[in-house]
Amino acid sequence: MKKKALKAAFPKTMPVLMGYLFLGLAFGVLLREKGYGWGWALLMSVTIFSGSLQFFATELVVASFQPITAFFMGLLINARYAFYGLSMLEPFRQIDKRKKGYMIFGLTDETYALLCSTKAPEGVDQTWYSFFIVLLDHCYWIMGSLLGNLLGQVLPFSSQGIEFAMTALFLVIFVDQLMVRENRAPGAIGVVLTLICLIALPRDYFLVGAMVGILLSLILLKPVLGGRKQ
Amino acid sequence: MTGVQVLITVLMLSGATILIRFLPFFLFPSGKEIPHAVLYLGKVLPAAVMGMLVVYCFKDVSLLSWSYGMPEAIGCLFVIISYLKWKNLLISIGGGTAFYMILVQVIFG
Repeated sequence: MKKKALKAAFPKTMPVLMGYLFLGLAFGVLLREKGYGWGWALLMSVTIFSGSLQFFATELVVASFQPITAFFMGLLINARYAFYGLSMLEPFRQIDKRKKGYMIFGLTDETYALLCSTKAPEGVDQTWYSFFIVLLDHCYWIMGSLLGNLLGQVLPFSSQGIEFAMTALFLVIFVDQLMVRENRAPGAIGVVLTLICLIALPRDYFLVGAMVGILLSLILLKPVLGGRKQ
Repeated sequence: MTGVQVLITVLMLSGATILIRFLPFFLFPSGKEIPHAVLYLGKVLPAAVMGMLVVYCFKDVSLLSWSYGMPEAIGCLFVIISYLKWKNLLISIGGGTAFYMILVQVIFG
C-alpha cells in the first residue's frame, strides 16, 4: 500500500523537485558564502523547511544576536502558512496523529499547492499519497541545500549575485498574488509602507517598523478592504 | 555571533514556523467557527507581507552610485515578464538568477 502510494506521488512532485533543488542550491551556496558549512544547512532545512525564512536566515546569521526579533520575523514572514492550515483543517481530519503532525510541519507553499491540486489515483491510499508528497518535497529541499553548500566550496565560477534567487522567489509569489484583484490593495500597502520605513527609519529597525505598520494599517483598513463578505 | 547564538536563532526560526503551521489546528479543532477577523487577515496579510519582502530585497541597492540599481531592475523585469508568459518557476527563478549573475559579474562588473 505504501509502495503504491509512493509510486503515484513521485511523478506529481517532479516540478517541486526541480524548483527545490535549485532554490535549495542557491540557499546552500549563500549560507556557505556567509561562512556556515553543511551541518548548518542540514539543520536549517530539516527543522525550518521554509525557503523564504531560510533565505532571510542567511542575513540573520551575520547580523547581531536578536532572538526575539528572529522569532517575530519568523511568525510574520510565514504567517501565510497559518492560512494554508485553515484550508487543510477538513482534508487532514481523518489522518492519524503521527502522519498528520509531520504533514502540518511540512506545509510549504509548493507542498500546499500540490496537496490542493492533486487527488490520489484510483486504488491508492489518499493519506499515504499525501504523506509522501510532503516527505518527498522535504527530501528535495534538504538535498538541494546540502548540495549547494558543498558545491559552494568548489564552484568553478563566482557565485556573486546568487542572492537574487531570493528576490526572484518573492517576486514570483508576489506576482501570483497580484493576479487576484483583492490582493492588490494589501500588496501596495506592504510595498509603500516598507519603502517609507526604509527611508525614514534607522537600518536595524526598518523591517520591524514595516511589520508593525502593515499590521496596524490592515486592521484599521478592515472596513474598506474587508467590506465585501463572500 | 557564537555557535550557540546561531543555534538559538535557528531554533527561534524553526519554533516560529512550527507554531504558525500548527496554530490553526490548535485554535480551530473540528467544527469550531473561524472568526471573521481571522479570515480577513488571511486574505490581506500574505500579499502585504510579500510586498514587504520584495522591497526588503532591495535594501542594499543604491540608486545614486554605480550601477544605479540597473541590474536589479533588469533582473526583476526578466522575472516578472517570463513568469507572466510561462508561469514556470524554474525559468523565472533559475533563469532570472543566472541572468542577474551575468549582469552583475560581466556586464555591470
